[in-house]
Amino acid sequence: MKTFDYTRASSIEEAVLTVNNIDRAKFLGGGTNLIDLMKEGVEQPDRLIDVTKLSLAEIEELSDGGVRIGAMARNSTTANHPLIRQRYPVLSQAFLAGASPQLRNMATVGGNLMQRTRCYYFTDTTMPCNKREPGSGCAAIEGFNRIHGILGTSEQCIATHPSDMCVALAALDAVVRVQSIDGEREIALVDFHTLPGDTPQIETQLQPGELITAVDLPANDWANNSYYLKVRDRNSYAFALVSVAAALNVRDDVIQDARVAMGGVAHKPWRALAAEEILVGKPANEETFQQAAETALASAQTYEHNAFKVELGKRAIVRALSTVATSIST
Amino acid sequence: MGINLKRRRFGQLMFLSTALTAIGNWFKTAKSQTTPPTLSIDGAEVAFKINGVRQTVNIEPRVTLLDVLRERIGLTGTKKGCNHGQCGACTVLVDGVRINSCLALAIQYQDAEITTIEGIADGEDLSAIQTAFINNDGFQCGYCTSGQICSAVAMLNEFAAEEASIVTPDISNLDAAIELTDAEIKERMSGNLCRCGAYPGIVAAVREVYERAS
Repeated sequence: MKTFDYTRASSIEEAVLTVNNIDRAKFLGGGTNLIDLMKEGVEQPDRLIDVTKLSLAEIEELSDGGVRIGAMARNSTTANHPLIRQRYPVLSQAFLAGASPQLRNMATVGGNLMQRTRCYYFTDTTMPCNKREPGSGCAAIEGFNRIHGILGTSEQCIATHPSDMCVALAALDAVVRVQSIDGEREIALVDFHTLPGDTPQIETQLQPGELITAVDLPANDWANNSYYLKVRDRNSYAFALVSVAAALNVRDDVIQDARVAMGGVAHKPWRALAAEEILVGKPANEETFQQAAETALASAQTYEHNAFKVELGKRAIVRALSTVATSIST
Repeated sequence: MGINLKRRRFGQLMFLSTALTAIGNWFKTAKSQTTPPTLSIDGAEVAFKINGVRQTVNIEPRVTLLDVLRERIGLTGTKKGCNHGQCGACTVLVDGVRINSCLALAIQYQDAEITTIEGIADGEDLSAIQTAFINNDGFQCGYCTSGQICSAVAMLNEFAAEEASIVTPDISNLDAAIELTDAEIKERMSGNLCRCGAYPGIVAAVREVYERAS
């Protein structure tokens, strides 16, 4: 690992000021991804600004009935918080399906948003990668691309976003709160991460000098009818091949509202808006769910080793929605 | 005591305290230009509380907690397996919470209470979980065992605190008692890999401790 300076920030103001004044400075949360990438030489910051001691770990109910999760809340704490388990079980499940208990105890919500892809060509500094070294090429497109993207990919990059949490947050219409020396702003989670296009090195809307302070979950009286399904090579402690966050609001056997988001398929948590439109106004049955699944994967583009993800994705959507529908009717 | 202090005595104490701090700082500065909260590339003396004992080591910011334990303090019970947070051999407890010490920058854990496998037993008396690993053949080569045992200690505490896992049925029902099934033990211990495949023994060991305690 290359050498760097370390600063433990004592206030948000100090943190954003420091990151603003020092070139190649990065915020440090739990470090489960950043420290690993620094060991590999993929990340080489000159200074780490530790923000874990800031008063940003609170999980609190908002006056409008929503919930605010501080950016430094740990994954394990958030997963088991009563407000999250009762009102947004899909988010608890997404957290608990990710990583291992040890890593969840370290990882923070803010850090999870900033996770980088687990594409092995990105992690291997001896390989070309447009994300790591813009213009060097993509080794995955012609390489072993079994874990790679099938939606929203580009000729520059087919990497996927690894987070489970973000898939659930996309389904829940979460909002990311950020702060810089210019003040605060909000970014909708579905817009927070970007598609690779011609600039795969850019992964989020976050600007240099901005610190994530919280994630807001809007009030939603039917989000308790939700489920996170993660499909992977082994049943625990592995990244998703495909995952689905689903929520349904059903009244008189008719779907009033629906949320479907997918993980493991794109450069960002993939909200399947077209599939949601198919679901609304229809009976909550397998035929409806099949139609939604077909719609969600209609624009999929596959590569040599990952064509299986299309069928897997469809079946995962049907199963996730069926699970939610069954839990509502019982 | 503080309430009864006379103003003059308070002033004297403050003077003494300031003088002592100044002397202390002079010694610190003599050793290194910076001390945390900013730790420069050159490093500095950093104190840790490990298994109840205060230890001071000179470290750079890039030194992991795992390397402090093994290379600086000589507590080699904690193992370096993958060094990437993928195997759990480096599991230690920080304020009772299990973490992967290989991905932990030591400086982030400066004031924390760290417990390693060396702090699990009471002298020569093994802890219940250590005895249960022996009773149930919870290992073969033993390389992952210290991590497994630290993990199991924390796992049982998490379960006692009614924390859910991904295999817990009906996660939104906070009133339902969680049953410690084999599926729950396996899921909750999945952050520790065992290349010898001693998993059935590990599950049995955790179950033995849980059932004896309850």
